[in-house]
Amino acid sequence: MEHSEKAIEIIDLRLSYGVKEVIHGLTFDIYRHEIFGIIGPAQSGKTSLLRCLNRTIDFESSATVSGTIRVDGSDIRRTKDIYALRRKIGMVAPLPVGLPLSIYDNVAFAPRSSGLTKKADLDSIVERCLKQAALWEEVKDRLHTLGTALSGGQQQRLTIARALSHQPRILCLDEFSIAIDPVTTMRIEDVLKELRKEITIILVTNLTQQARRLADRTMFLWNGDCVELDSTEIIFSDRPANSKTYEYVNGIFG
Amino acid sequence: MNDMSESDRLPTLPKRSVVSMAGEKLLEFIIRLSGISAIVFVLAIFFFIFREAAPIFFSENFNLVKFLFNAEWYPTSVTNVRYGTLALTVGSISVTLLAMSIAVPFGLGSAVYISEFCSPRLKEALKIIIELLAAIPSVVWGFIGLTVMSRTIISLTGAPVGVNLLNGGLILALMSVPIIVSIAEDALKAVPDSYREAALALGATNWQVVYRVLLPSAKNGLLAAVLLGIGRSVGETMAVLMATGHAVQIPHGLLDSVRTLTANIAAELGEASASSDHYHVLFLTGVLLFILTFAVNLTADFVIRGIRRK
Repeated sequence: MEHSEKAIEIIDLRLSYGVKEVIHGLTFDIYRHEIFGIIGPAQSGKTSLLRCLNRTIDFESSATVSGTIRVDGSDIRRTKDIYALRRKIGMVAPLPVGLPLSIYDNVAFAPRSSGLTKKADLDSIVERCLKQAALWEEVKDRLHTLGTALSGGQQQRLTIARALSHQPRILCLDEFSIAIDPVTTMRIEDVLKELRKEITIILVTNLTQQARRLADRTMFLWNGDCVELDSTEIIFSDRPANSKTYEYVNGIFG
Repeated sequence: MNDMSESDRLPTLPKRSVVSMAGEKLLEFIIRLSGISAIVFVLAIFFFIFREAAPIFFSENFNLVKFLFNAEWYPTSVTNVRYGTLALTVGSISVTLLAMSIAVPFGLGSAVYISEFCSPRLKEALKIIIELLAAIPSVVWGFIGLTVMSRTIISLTGAPVGVNLLNGGLILALMSVPIIVSIAEDALKAVPDSYREAALALGATNWQVVYRVLLPSAKNGLLAAVLLGIGRSVGETMAVLMATGHAVQIPHGLLDSVRTLTANIAAELGEASASSDHYHVLFLTGVLLFILTFAVNLTADFVIRGIRRK
């Protein structure tokens, strides 16, 4: 793997909600075209970390962020166009949030927000994204019914399609498989392997085996500290650098 | 063999007593009764108003078509009594339409601002002020219409009288805005934050979030807000009585004085001798008012269902 280009640089990132610090100074890089796995128990700051990346953490009035995050080399705290930044980063939340719109409008939401109005273009984006999210076959005949009427697993794939619709450079998946059956999960995992050729993927997961299957490098986050960050083979080997990592991935604690 | 000690055994759960089961039935009955009472009250109100109005149908001076479609209202004329309510109906509708065309954009606009754009501290201040606005008694609004607004209208437009359709419409708009704002703001607040965040994470601007996500998902609540505003305008009596000029005529412009159905009943019912034709016909205008508001609500209901089906 070529490690020359950095998609994301994070330098001494600290995040607190009120007086309680939940991320205690993280420094790491994420390289272009890699799948970067983040594992760790609940409350370890995984979701908060993702929310720092696209600055949706700004909505949390008690949150204060310090440190530097660079996406494609530019500091996101200094960015002029926050909307362009958010379009650059696709975000999939753990529980599907289908907007109360039709399936088509859900996927066309981001392209339309960025100003695309041509019907043919929108049609092709919707079709391509739904296919990538392994949902097209199930919904192609009812694109104009409400997205929120789909089943939980279908809605989750809809949010994946939606996250891909603005052609992000970086795709963040936050425990995407919680609501999806194993077969569909495998199909989406295959899609992710395909997508890696084009984009960078950050995969936050509670299923350590999922990180093992997909990730090139994996970070073990625990209580807001990086316990260990290394190639996935080493993290999941018998001898990772930190014994805690071994215990966590083997289900001894956590 | 039983070597479990007394304390290890799970306590047997007591059977529910007859009293508690009967109590539950009673509670259920009371709740059902209060639900049904809403229907009963509406029907009873309609029935009693109609009972007071019914004798007019047997009077020789009365003609239903003329009642609805004649603009001449001379209930106390000695030689030629005429009971035409068209001017009153048009008065009510025109004042309401004018009020709504001002109050709906302002009301929904400020609800969106309060719920989505302003800072928390300003939000609290605005909500308190708007609640205060809603608490002003209607006779005070009428007084403002009669004095401040009337003078302003005369000096700005040069109209001979300041109490007219424009005045009534403005006063009604001011009165309905607080209601529209508070109901609409509740409707917007009920939209889950996850929608906002999902849309923002897709790179939408605040304004795009409002009109692409919030307005569509809160549309039922927003429509309810508008309906309550209309209800307030149609039903308002004292303020329009004081601010519209109380002249029975079909208005040709904003500066014409009008009289509304409600103001007419309020002004004349005290003068009409009980069980006279005049008395009965005033109750019939009450029925007309009832039907009018019912029609508005029914239309809105169909509109909502239409949106849902889509």
